[in-house]
Amino acid sequence: MTTLEIELKALMLASLDGNAASYRSLLDQLSRRLRSYYKAKLVTVGKGKVEAEDLVQEAVLAIHLKRHTYDPREPLTPWVHAIARYKLIDFLRRNRVSLTELPIEEVAEVMAHDDNADAESTYDIRRLMQRLPEGMQCSIQAVKLEGLSVAEAARRCGLSESGVKVNIHRGLKALAAFIARETRT
Amino acid sequence: MKTDDLVAFLSTNLEPVDRKAVVRTLYVAIAAGSIVAFGVAVVGLGFRADLMTARALMFLAIKLAFAIGIVGFALLYLTRLARPGGERKISHGLLVVVPFLVIMALAAISLGSAPQSHWESMIVGDEWLECLLSIPVIAIVPFAVSIWAVRKGAPTNLSRAGAFAGLIAGGVSAMAYALHCMDDSLPFIAVWYGGTIVLCTLAGAALGPRLLRW
Repeated sequence: MTTLEIELKALMLASLDGNAASYRSLLDQLSRRLRSYYKAKLVTVGKGKVEAEDLVQEAVLAIHLKRHTYDPREPLTPWVHAIARYKLIDFLRRNRVSLTELPIEEVAEVMAHDDNADAESTYDIRRLMQRLPEGMQCSIQAVKLEGLSVAEAARRCGLSESGVKVNIHRGLKALAAFIARETRT
Repeated sequence: MKTDDLVAFLSTNLEPVDRKAVVRTLYVAIAAGSIVAFGVAVVGLGFRADLMTARALMFLAIKLAFAIGIVGFALLYLTRLARPGGERKISHGLLVVVPFLVIMALAAISLGSAPQSHWESMIVGDEWLECLLSIPVIAIVPFAVSIWAVRKGAPTNLSRAGAFAGLIAGGVSAMAYALHCMDDSLPFIAVWYGGTIVLCTLAGAALGPRLLRW
């Protein structure tokens, strides 16, 4: 097991317990690895760094929305790789790129290189958010963008605390679906 | 948008997650699907009339053991398949063939010890058509709730996850149908129970990629 796996898995376990600083560090490192992975894959089908950045963000969102599916008894790398590859295949299919050129690879490939030359993706969450229903918009705005507590957001949005949490989760899922549709080139 | 902004956005006010959510959702779904399946079988078809005789109870036990074996092994693997990359350890999935092999072996022994003239009635039974139709029909609700539960996770091999959801639904349905079914022979169980459960599995494999995308 590599030191990177050990380090990232420790961050993931802390994240599952709700440690935001660990989570930020985890997503930051994963996004750099994913960027390098996707750039290398997309160059073979003639796509560039903007599409790669879209995919990085799709994968990061998927990791966030599906983080409860990580089994702490297993290593983290294969889990990240499976999500990254699933999102890649989904992206290629959406854009009608033939899958025949996509070879089976080693799981470790997703973590192999680091690339922090980030680009702007083609969408903006604040703009996409305007399409969400009021309760989701208000909850995400308050908790995720302004950093208010769930209790404060509940008062502002006129929802219960669990209502705010549900609205955030559903809202993020809806945003991920919008992004998948937007990035069909 | 910059990825850094997305990362900051997602990590703001991070909520802890329930690590047992995947397993619990699946277990609850299968339990609910089983209750519905038993309800449909009992209300729609009724218990077999001779349920309390020793022979009927013995065959009911064999049918239940076969179906429960399938559901148990399949559920263990489905809790993996519902997670990204869970399909990599195929060895856990292969355990589900054990109940099929056991029932086929028992069926072969039973046929071997009976005169050839009895074979047809042992295999075809009285109600093969009812069995062929009932198990897939009773499996519909268990299949729907299994798919719902797998969708709460994140499968990355959709046909295989669909197949195992179908296999579980078929197994649950066979458990329920066994309360009604009067055909008591091992070859009948192997062919008609085994066959319809395989049918449910194939249907699940075909539907998986459509139903499970995320």
